[in-house]
Amino acid sequence: MSDGAFEGYGGRHVPEPLQEPLEQLAAAYDDVAESDAFQAELDDLLKTFAGRPTPLYHAGNLSERYGAEIYLKREDLLHGGAHKINNCLGQALLAKHAGRERLIAETGAGQHGTATAMVGALLGLETEIYMGAKDVARQEMNVFRMRLMGAEVNEVTRGNEGLADAVDAALEDFAQNVDDTHYLVGSVVGPDPFPRMVRDFQSVIGREAREQFQERTGDLPDAAVACVGGGSNAIGLFHAFREDPVDFYGAEGGGEGSDSSRHAAPLAKGRDDVIHGMRTRVIDDDVEVHSVSAGLDYPGVGPEHAMFRAVGRCEYTGITDEEALAAFRELSETEGIIPALESSHAIARAIQLAEDGDHDTILVNLSGRGDKDMETAASKFDL
Amino acid sequence: MTSEDRRPAGGEPRETRTGSDGGKRPVSADYDSDVEAAIRKNHPALITYLAVGDPSIEETKAYVEALDRGGSDLIELGLPFSEPIAEGPTIQASINRALEAGTTSEAFFELVEDLETDATLLVMTYYNKILQYGDEPDVGPFVKRAAKVGLSGIIVPDLPAEEADPLREACDEHGLDLIFIIAPTTEGERLETIMSQVSGFAYVQARLGTTGARGDVSSATHDSLARLSDYEVPKAVGFGVSEGDHAAEIVEAGADGVIVGSALVDIVAESDDPAAALEAKAEELKRGAVRGSETVTNDTEDAPEPEQP
Repeated sequence: MSDGAFEGYGGRHVPEPLQEPLEQLAAAYDDVAESDAFQAELDDLLKTFAGRPTPLYHAGNLSERYGAEIYLKREDLLHGGAHKINNCLGQALLAKHAGRERLIAETGAGQHGTATAMVGALLGLETEIYMGAKDVARQEMNVFRMRLMGAEVNEVTRGNEGLADAVDAALEDFAQNVDDTHYLVGSVVGPDPFPRMVRDFQSVIGREAREQFQERTGDLPDAAVACVGGGSNAIGLFHAFREDPVDFYGAEGGGEGSDSSRHAAPLAKGRDDVIHGMRTRVIDDDVEVHSVSAGLDYPGVGPEHAMFRAVGRCEYTGITDEEALAAFRELSETEGIIPALESSHAIARAIQLAEDGDHDTILVNLSGRGDKDMETAASKFDL
Repeated sequence: MTSEDRRPAGGEPRETRTGSDGGKRPVSADYDSDVEAAIRKNHPALITYLAVGDPSIEETKAYVEALDRGGSDLIELGLPFSEPIAEGPTIQASINRALEAGTTSEAFFELVEDLETDATLLVMTYYNKILQYGDEPDVGPFVKRAAKVGLSGIIVPDLPAEEADPLREACDEHGLDLIFIIAPTTEGERLETIMSQVSGFAYVQARLGTTGARGDVSSATHDSLARLSDYEVPKAVGFGVSEGDHAAEIVEAGADGVIVGSALVDIVAESDDPAAALEAKAEELKRGAVRGSETVTNDTEDAPEPEQP
């Protein structure tokens, strides 16, 4: 089994021209992963540029309402408003160390593209973002942000003009420009080494949270909860707790329900398959990929989550659009924190767990802030 | 396995070939396989590609038969998949049209069953389509059906040789060839791994990047053919071939076959009379390939270094 395989999931299912460049990337990553100088440089940027460490917040009002102690890891307070920056800083720094002059990335709603544009500007790397034409039209503000920071936004007009087409375009660019270009993948998905590399860069979330939780309560949480699209914020939270007696819960984009024909919950309801360079879980063919949250609107999932599901380490549930929107509103009203719609899925799952009463303490990764979702909220709640 | 284990191209046929597990497997009387035979007997071979179902199954049938009449020795039939990450925009667009027309695996197999061609038929598709053909994720049902409808080989651009054992075994069981792509960046241990899994022919990618018609023949072609010269399996060169002169140059460089895709897909998309245009294009390409073989000398090693593009 090749490196980066997770109990049969993962691997490097890409065309032959990409095999060698990925092998080189894996080697470059293995080098810096053991380099104290690299880690020190990354830690400094995480602290001074991104705003780490993020607080661990005890959501007192919500806890009181549901009878379990709910803690939020505030990744929404990071530069850019989400956990994305952890990974982007790590990979961009790696690209620079490996002598790459150019970053490319795909983006759906524009969050990952914006974070990539930030680190491209920071480190002086030429940056090109592939974004489906439909998304460009829907997410004008993020396009402006990327351009303002000097990134070129390449509008993808092929196929369905969406995220999958942006991935195709970025892969094509990568295959043709492997000598000077780094493809900055935005989640724990794709061919090896991306799933393990992105996990390592995101695992700072769980390392901090574990220490903060113990400092605050003298104990570990009973449960850890995160939303799962590609799954990077969830793996980032879980990784530090993987040997601990902490139950893991993943909240997928349940759309209109995991048993409906419109959802984005391949772990709750899907099959083993190969997509975007990895063997993993994918939604069924007759299901249309859909979630109210753009960040969860993905037909596959990171292979490590597929492994967690297979071995029973984590329980994955589809949270419907309605449930997520209710949690979005509830956290805003009870705590004065507007969560991203993605993170609202994790909040909804945490509320369910609190109501079930099997866990006294619940740690939730609040992976992003909800400013970007105001239009959806305004029309939904008639604000 | 090292290159010393292999006989030079054109040597005595083997009675067995070595599988990925190191075991010996029987081969057909004259050649290692039907696909190899189709290339050797028609040397230099013309291998053409179309995405099945663009714009419809019925039209694909007419186009495939036109390519056959025009002199294609092997025809790669693309089974459309929604994430064709190895293809350039031309073939992606063709695949999208085929998907929009509702092309399914079953319709694909029925078409193949229906085809009457002299050319040997191959299927090119993505691993997803192969895994998903049966009720459970398993390569067996697809390969069995492929063999039954008369396909002779399979090309899967997103299947790394390291993970190909299940498909290799299924192909051996049902008598199909499994063809792998060699990129300009493929060398050393990776090259040996691939060459231990390949049968039929080695698909030599002429340049980095995805498929698409371009105007010249890359120097990477010469380098790749040189790297492969110790291996006995036939070599066919593709990616970016659109004219008879390219075919000639590729054969001159030592290839056993020439693969053409995007240029034909363009004809399907743009021509007023695709069948006639495809037949004429195939004739031009085959003539070019034959012309190239007539100028091949035995000392290509001494040929001047091609200029870098």
